Amino acid sequence: MATPPKPQQPGIVGWIEYRLPIFSFIDNSLGSKYPCPRNLNYWWSFGSIAGICLVMQILTGLFLAMHYAANTGLAFDSVEGIMRNVNYGWLMRYAHAVGASMFFVVVYIHIFRGLYFGSYQRPRELLWWFGIVILLLMMATAFMGYVLPWGQMSFWGATVITNLFSAFPGVGESIVHWLWGGFSVDNPTLNRFYALHFLLPFVIVGVVIFHIWALHQHGSNNPLGIDVKTPQDTIPFHPYYTVKDAVGFGVFFLVFAWFVFFSPNSLGHPDNYIPANPMVTPAHIVPEWYFLPFYAILRAMPDIGIPFTNIVFIESKLAGVLGMFGAIIVFFFLPWIDRSKVRSATFRPVYRKMFWVFLVDCVILGYIGSQPPEGNMVLYGRLALAYYFAHFVILWFVSAREKTLPLPESISASVLSSHDHH
Amino acid sequence: MDHKPHVHSAHCSHSHSHAASAAPEDGSTRRDFMLLTASAVAAVGAASLAWPFIDSMNPAADVLALSSIEVDLSPIQPGQTIKVKWRGVPVFIRHRTPEDIAEAKAVPMADLKDPEADDKRVKLGKEQWLVMIGVCTHLGCIPLSGAGDFGGADKGGWFCPCHGSQYDTAGRIRKGPAPKNLVVPQYSFLSDNRIKIG
Repeated sequence: MATPPKPQQPGIVGWIEYRLPIFSFIDNSLGSKYPCPRNLNYWWSFGSIAGICLVMQILTGLFLAMHYAANTGLAFDSVEGIMRNVNYGWLMRYAHAVGASMFFVVVYIHIFRGLYFGSYQRPRELLWWFGIVILLLMMATAFMGYVLPWGQMSFWGATVITNLFSAFPGVGESIVHWLWGGFSVDNPTLNRFYALHFLLPFVIVGVVIFHIWALHQHGSNNPLGIDVKTPQDTIPFHPYYTVKDAVGFGVFFLVFAWFVFFSPNSLGHPDNYIPANPMVTPAHIVPEWYFLPFYAILRAMPDIGIPFTNIVFIESKLAGVLGMFGAIIVFFFLPWIDRSKVRSATFRPVYRKMFWVFLVDCVILGYIGSQPPEGNMVLYGRLALAYYFAHFVILWFVSAREKTLPLPESISASVLSSHDHH
Repeated sequence: MDHKPHVHSAHCSHSHSHAASAAPEDGSTRRDFMLLTASAVAAVGAASLAWPFIDSMNPAADVLALSSIEVDLSPIQPGQTIKVKWRGVPVFIRHRTPEDIAEAKAVPMADLKDPEADDKRVKLGKEQWLVMIGVCTHLGCIPLSGAGDFGGADKGGWFCPCHGSQYDTAGRIRKGPAPKNLVVPQYSFLSDNRIKIG
């Protein structure tokens, strides 16, 4: 050991700390020894709220797993059994289903917070990357979880999404049969989805640890987007942000509880209360709301080739798949697409407008994803899709030459001057 | 091995260690060589070990065993389409009317996204029987029979409700995001009114 441990302090805590310095570890990570920018607003609470969501999903999921049967003959009835027979089964299931939606709301807000305040910029690129990986894992987990009740939307959602992989030339069909373990979505598929749905949340926990580790290296970004310069710019995480986050938790749980107790099915689709039938496709398949923008991109992609000729390089099916995954993959490159030296949109007038237009575009894509692919919806979908990717191209040009507003001297100077005005 | 005379002539452990640490002219040592080859063999071994895990997810023997069915065609009236289940997916069997067939044959090849003549999609002399896997080639939904711009309640044609793909009276893709015609499975006529699919 380079430095000898500090002498043992009296008491049980001291006895443990001398052998395993866990209390100082916690204090350094989430306690009074972890300095944070003093100007964090409530948008910064969504990271820890997302953490609570993950814990709740794992907890409710574990207890649901004690009653669920992953077999095509039993799955639907076992879920109804949880609802009707298991003590508080309805609560576990509704909290888990609503919890998935809440988790996505919170994470999407957390992501857009990062976009607005430039939290992805140097030196937080890896932190941002781990976040994208978490989002991808969440999507895979949520998708497989939705299959488990084995209703009509479960079955047909699974069929449509696994068929995405058939778009890849040559090997597509073999990949899909491998994913299914058969020639259609069936019992082997349900079984492996259950196994993976149980595993992936723990993988997410692992990536979250890296996400937080990378966060602690340079600390949180802040609404001004400027670096912490002196200790005057910071306050300790505990008690200031533990208390602030607790307020956030309280408000969050009010919303959560409203859905669980008063409107538990409003975020789902009624067709999933019809048992899966491989011979009948529902008239209108939609994914869960949190996938709708990506679903719209999947459907809106046209054949890509030379216009006004029959020459096609990428058929619309493959283009849709590439577009849908590309819509997330593009975020890996964002720290380099955005060439601005200023992080926060507060000081970037053009980027601030672009941010809101992009947000509205995502909402429009979500609405289009919820509608049948007919008439003008196809055209609107293509326009919204084109803008989605155009945003990043425009950002690349704009960010290099945008005239930004003057930055405050420091976080503390800005905070104190805004107090003087009151 | 001629370029490593030290190693060959070594007789005791002392000169062995001397030989190993003395790099020949190209900068690599016998120890590097052993490290690289051993690592390569270990990597190939680890990769081969992954295959049983990957392959265990492929269709199992009992799934593969359910791979053919026989269907009696005699109850199917002209203009009627039935669905049978084969390998977990529906198969459309349509008894086509002469008008259906004439319409399918009249379509110029240039109008087709996945050009295929009508007589390539049916058995010779059995043009009235259209047998296809009832799975949209876009993302696997089941198209609705007798619907869409290229069909109707009495003349066949298929419309996929999921993403709007439309197929004509020969099951060929005409409109929408699907890239291919509905797939004709392997099947054969056991008699005039009986087929075996698979």
